[in-house]
Amino acid sequence: MLLPFFEWCESTRIASTIQGSIWLFPVIEAVHLLGLCLLGGSILLVDLRLMGIGLTRQTASRLSYQARPWMMVAVITMIATGLPLFLSEAIKCYYNQAFWVKITTLPFALSFTFLIRDRIARADRAGMYIRAITGASSVALWFLVAAAGRWIGFS
Amino acid sequence: MTLGPTEGLGVIGHFLEWLGSTPWSVALLESLYVWPLVESAHVLSIALFVGTTVMMDLRLIGCAFKKIPVSDFTGQLLPWTRVGFSVSLVTGLLVFYSQPEHYYHNVFFRIKLFVLVVAGLNVWLFHSRIHRRVFEWDLDPVPPYAARVAGAVSIFSWALVVVAGRMIAYNWFDCDLQPQADFINWLAGCAVDDGVQ
Repeated sequence: MLLPFFEWCESTRIASTIQGSIWLFPVIEAVHLLGLCLLGGSILLVDLRLMGIGLTRQTASRLSYQARPWMMVAVITMIATGLPLFLSEAIKCYYNQAFWVKITTLPFALSFTFLIRDRIARADRAGMYIRAITGASSVALWFLVAAAGRWIGFS
Repeated sequence: MTLGPTEGLGVIGHFLEWLGSTPWSVALLESLYVWPLVESAHVLSIALFVGTTVMMDLRLIGCAFKKIPVSDFTGQLLPWTRVGFSVSLVTGLLVFYSQPEHYYHNVFFRIKLFVLVVAGLNVWLFHSRIHRRVFEWDLDPVPPYAARVAGAVSIFSWALVVVAGRMIAYNWFDCDLQPQADFINWLAGCAVDDGVQ
């Protein structure tokens, strides 16, 4: 029942415009990659701190607060570029295992970041181990999303 | 008639031809999982390397983290940036080693290398000159002009490196796609026999 939806995705105007162009996919994907850099930096800044390394002279709550706008810009960029990329090859994604790993881990990573990690970061008095595990989990989740994303291309 | 990419290129061409024929190079290129893993590590390393660089650069241009001393970034975050760079460098060299001639003649690879040099120069200039006197402006929310320029050049050049790197995979200007514009052939170092040296 999912396949018809994916087939519809690939039949959209956006999909056919990208498929009909030589340069549109590479350009959108390049922006997707630049968004990855911004996302990586803004998330790692806080995760490193939670794990007790990096900018240790700042509190995790302040870092999280100051990094958040950049993280938001990055997430929006990733989704805004990721969607058209997906639409243009929806059927290939449907049959791609790495795509399913990415698409199921992504909501997990997002919720974890916004609902758990940032709360732990704000609570400067949370225990050292809780903070370290939270930071490490965040890195692991986002790493999985990124790695699966790259692996989609190997098919 | 094309003579092929390395004809007439002398030392470099023959060295790269030899490099690409070494057993480990061949094995790497033909591997089922090793090459994809190495290349993926190269791509993912930009999240750590370019990511943390951009965070520091945003501070340098006075756009973000304005209450954090610049020296905190260069002292505490930079070591992790260097870890990221090390991964990028090693994996990048390995990817190059898997197909030296191919990358050498790739227009986007050449652009990437050129911009890499520019980016590296900017890093060196910043650390050897501008950052020397960081304690004069360490706590300034907006650093002095030179630091802001260095930060902006950094963001721009590393972004260009990432984009050029991504484009390497596109074989739009490969030497065996003749006929091609003379300019493209020159840029990619293709050897084309048109009677003119």
